[in-house]
Amino acid sequence: MTGIEAHVQQPYKYGFVTDIESEVVPAGLSEDVIRLISAKKDEPEWMLEWRLKAYRNWLKMSEPHWPNVKYGPIDYQAISYYAAPKQKPKLDSLDQVDPKLIQTFEKLGIAIEEQKRLTGVAVDAVFDSVSVATTFQAELAKFGVIFKPISQAIREHPELVQKYLSTVVPINDNFFAALNSAVFTDGSFVYVPKGVRCPLELSTYFRINASSTGQFERTLIIADEGSYVSYLEGCSAPMRDEHQLHAAVVELVALDRATIKYSTIQNWYPGDEEGRGGIYNFVTKRGKCAGVNSKISWTQVETGSAITWKYPGCILQGDNSIGEFYSVAVTSHKQQADTGTKMIHLGKNTRSTIVSKGISAGRGQNTYRGLVKIMKGAEGARNYSQCDSMLIGDKCGAHTFPYIDVRNSTAIMEHEASTSKIGEDQIFYLRQRGLSSEDAVSMIVNGFCKEVFKELPMEFAVEATRLLGISLEGSVG
Amino acid sequence: MAKGKVMLEVNGLRVAVAGNEILKGVDLTIRVGEVHAIMGPNGSGKSTLAQVLAGHPAYEVRAGTAKYDGKDLLDLKPEERARAGVFLAFQYPVEIRGITNSYFLRSALNALRRERGEAELDPMDFLQFLEGKLKAIGWDDSMMNRPVNEGFSGGEKKRNEILQLAVLEPRLAILDETDSGLDIDALKTVAETVNKLRNPNRSFLIVTHYQRLLNYITPDVVHVLADGRMVKSGGPELAHELEAKGYDWLRDAAMVS
Repeated sequence: MTGIEAHVQQPYKYGFVTDIESEVVPAGLSEDVIRLISAKKDEPEWMLEWRLKAYRNWLKMSEPHWPNVKYGPIDYQAISYYAAPKQKPKLDSLDQVDPKLIQTFEKLGIAIEEQKRLTGVAVDAVFDSVSVATTFQAELAKFGVIFKPISQAIREHPELVQKYLSTVVPINDNFFAALNSAVFTDGSFVYVPKGVRCPLELSTYFRINASSTGQFERTLIIADEGSYVSYLEGCSAPMRDEHQLHAAVVELVALDRATIKYSTIQNWYPGDEEGRGGIYNFVTKRGKCAGVNSKISWTQVETGSAITWKYPGCILQGDNSIGEFYSVAVTSHKQQADTGTKMIHLGKNTRSTIVSKGISAGRGQNTYRGLVKIMKGAEGARNYSQCDSMLIGDKCGAHTFPYIDVRNSTAIMEHEASTSKIGEDQIFYLRQRGLSSEDAVSMIVNGFCKEVFKELPMEFAVEATRLLGISLEGSVG
Repeated sequence: MAKGKVMLEVNGLRVAVAGNEILKGVDLTIRVGEVHAIMGPNGSGKSTLAQVLAGHPAYEVRAGTAKYDGKDLLDLKPEERARAGVFLAFQYPVEIRGITNSYFLRSALNALRRERGEAELDPMDFLQFLEGKLKAIGWDDSMMNRPVNEGFSGGEKKRNEILQLAVLEPRLAILDETDSGLDIDALKTVAETVNKLRNPNRSFLIVTHYQRLLNYITPDVVHVLADGRMVKSGGPELAHELEAKGYDWLRDAAMVS
């Protein structure tokens, strides 16, 4: 055996399908479909109007083609915009959740049953278009923390939702955000009141199950003055030959002195080695540091999806606010990722840190795209960016597009970038010390990603390390 | 001294890299507990021999055999050779970013322990184990929490190889030009450590261009490799002769023969 070559990868471990009776709205998108979704969610009139406004905007927009990814045309009329497992309309306790759903999440390592729950983590489990269970709601309520499906929040906390929804990502922000605003079905809503440090890690697990559907979730997190919350999302989908669309919007709002830590472990089905199937992950995530001394930190580990198009960013409006972006993106087989961040500095003495690690294997294409913008009033702003790429094999690619726009001369900007290749010599060195080639690759890659992994909550750092090992298993010969 | 059991037996080994034959029929027998030195001019194939014994995939074995404890060494994967007790101190140790020396060494040691059916060491146990090893060779732990070889000076990288040797306790230690790039103090430290690690059950194969390392480590046997063949073998005095006369006289002899 000579050289490093990509060969058969370990099969995707989360690719099973749950056999459950679902209610699926016929494919196609129209005002009637939006009215239907809104009615199914029992939404107030203002929400429907908001959706329709977004839809009318979307009709005038066109799909962006500037990302460094290639895919065939998407037929938006061939997608079903609502799929939900059939169950009783109101769930008061987990006893009423279909055991098949509980089993599905258990198989994915997400325990939603009381006695098996991961201590210290509250979970909202979203299956296709609906949230099926949210744990620890009552416990969190004692601290005034609201953690519930967004559809429920729209009904129960309209004043909060109306006040903040689309204040960070406007409904016409981009093509996919407009689409999401028109058809979003579920997602999580979090509100942490003044001065409260959320006692649990909050997490949402997204599962796509039904075929020919898209998942359009919407998450809104508000951290009121002086509060703190750490939130994590995970996701997976069955292996199917068709591409499925996932277009989410996440909005974060941090008021004075509040901190939001948002972590993602993205493991959507990536497609097979020939690029058949896999999720199109077109996501808009943005946080606004609205208050002084606020902080928003994004950490993402992206190993799945056929195509990833995602730029979690921060609008640093409050003086002294801090934005962070830590990212590991892995593309193997024929996966393509165009991901990075946007840091928009508005307030004085705002600071941002960007650490991006791109890993390409097989025929994967990995692009970092980042914008750092220092506006006129952002006196004393600072940014540090570090973009590292690692190549495994000789058929993959790494690309870096850093955009810098500075309009205030007091800004201090630093940018570092590196590209390295896992070499035969590195692997041989570790094998000569007794490690298998899989363990050798895993050690090299984990070392490369260390600065990002240390930002993840403890429970999930282990998961991320494991996932990275699986994604790259067999990619080195 | 009564001759010990044969540990490594190489016969007629021919090895090519990128299509060029570098080793053209090498024979070598190392017994348990012996220290062998291989000297020779640049390009003679010394490092190739070290790499091929450790199993580097870039080297193509065209003919010949290498038996280790009577088993076919060339049939084993690099990690299997390592787990069987073959250790190579690299001429150019690689850097592993973000992984501490301590984590790396513990992972390697545990891979060997698993092979031997011994319990793996957790970080605390390993720390204790390591302290003992460091104490035995008189070194401190200043290198342990730094990333593997990252930002190490040339000398530190070589010392790190010897530290790994001390921790992993191989049966056959191959040192590939460990002396190159070392100043005289570092050379002495490395040589003294190697001497401490000599024992009746462990054999060494020391590849070196210069005789100076052998001023501190006295080998049992010295071989001269020239143009891919062993052209002369002898006792420690051969090293001194080479230092005085250079390699040319032997190379000429090889051409003639």
